[in-house]
Amino acid sequence: MMRQAWGAVRLWFSPRRVRAEGATPDYRFSLANERTFLAWLRTALALVAGGIAVDQFLTDLRWGVRTTIALLLLVAGALCAIRAVNHWVMSERAMRRGEDLPQSRFPAALAVCTVVASVIVIVAVLLGQAGG
Amino acid sequence: MAEAAAPGVDEARERGAQPERTRLAWRRTTLTFALVVVLAVRDLVVTEDGRSGTAVIAVALGALAWVAFLVLAHRRIRALASGERPPVATGATMLGAAGVIVVASAFGLVLTTEA
Repeated sequence: MMRQAWGAVRLWFSPRRVRAEGATPDYRFSLANERTFLAWLRTALALVAGGIAVDQFLTDLRWGVRTTIALLLLVAGALCAIRAVNHWVMSERAMRRGEDLPQSRFPAALAVCTVVASVIVIVAVLLGQAGG
Repeated sequence: MAEAAAPGVDEARERGAQPERTRLAWRRTTLTFALVVVLAVRDLVVTEDGRSGTAVIAVALGALAWVAFLVLAHRRIRALASGERPPVATGATMLGAAGVIVVASAFGLVLTTEA
């Protein structure tokens, strides 16, 4: 899996290798791919905003709890941005080769993590209020 | 493809729609990034005893990151406006755009961990 990951990273930095394969897809599919990429970037930005907001607005929480939640959200944001690039490159390549678009568990995993994070924040806020 | 069946006018409109939608997507993303920077600036302004110099620098660098994103977005938007068949985005643009956001999240990290 590490070899696969390293191979993917190298592909991000060598557009010529991607373009050397297969045929140029209909430019509208490439544009749609680009819009998907930007949607993932906005998701990343929303998570970064969440991380910054937790620190600002949930002042009742202990510093340790607040910072951990903020950290997790910020890291999740960075991961989404990285994933956006990978998905864009892999999709371009798949389109050139006429293959199916890459399947991924990332969106589902992100959704689950978001739910978990929300529950943690709700519990922390309620416990904080109960504690005085 | 449905192109052969569609009348000329609709076809032209359809061809113009996709690059425009993509340009708008870049603008939306730039705006979202700007909002994140505003949120970070708010943190500096609203905190009662003020924030450390490190925090201020982190936010300033975050704003710089936004400017870098704006430049990337602007160049791509111009490329998208260049005629009917715009070129595919370069890997450099995509890596740059995502990279700048990763860097911004690191600044956010500094901002949150600075006491």
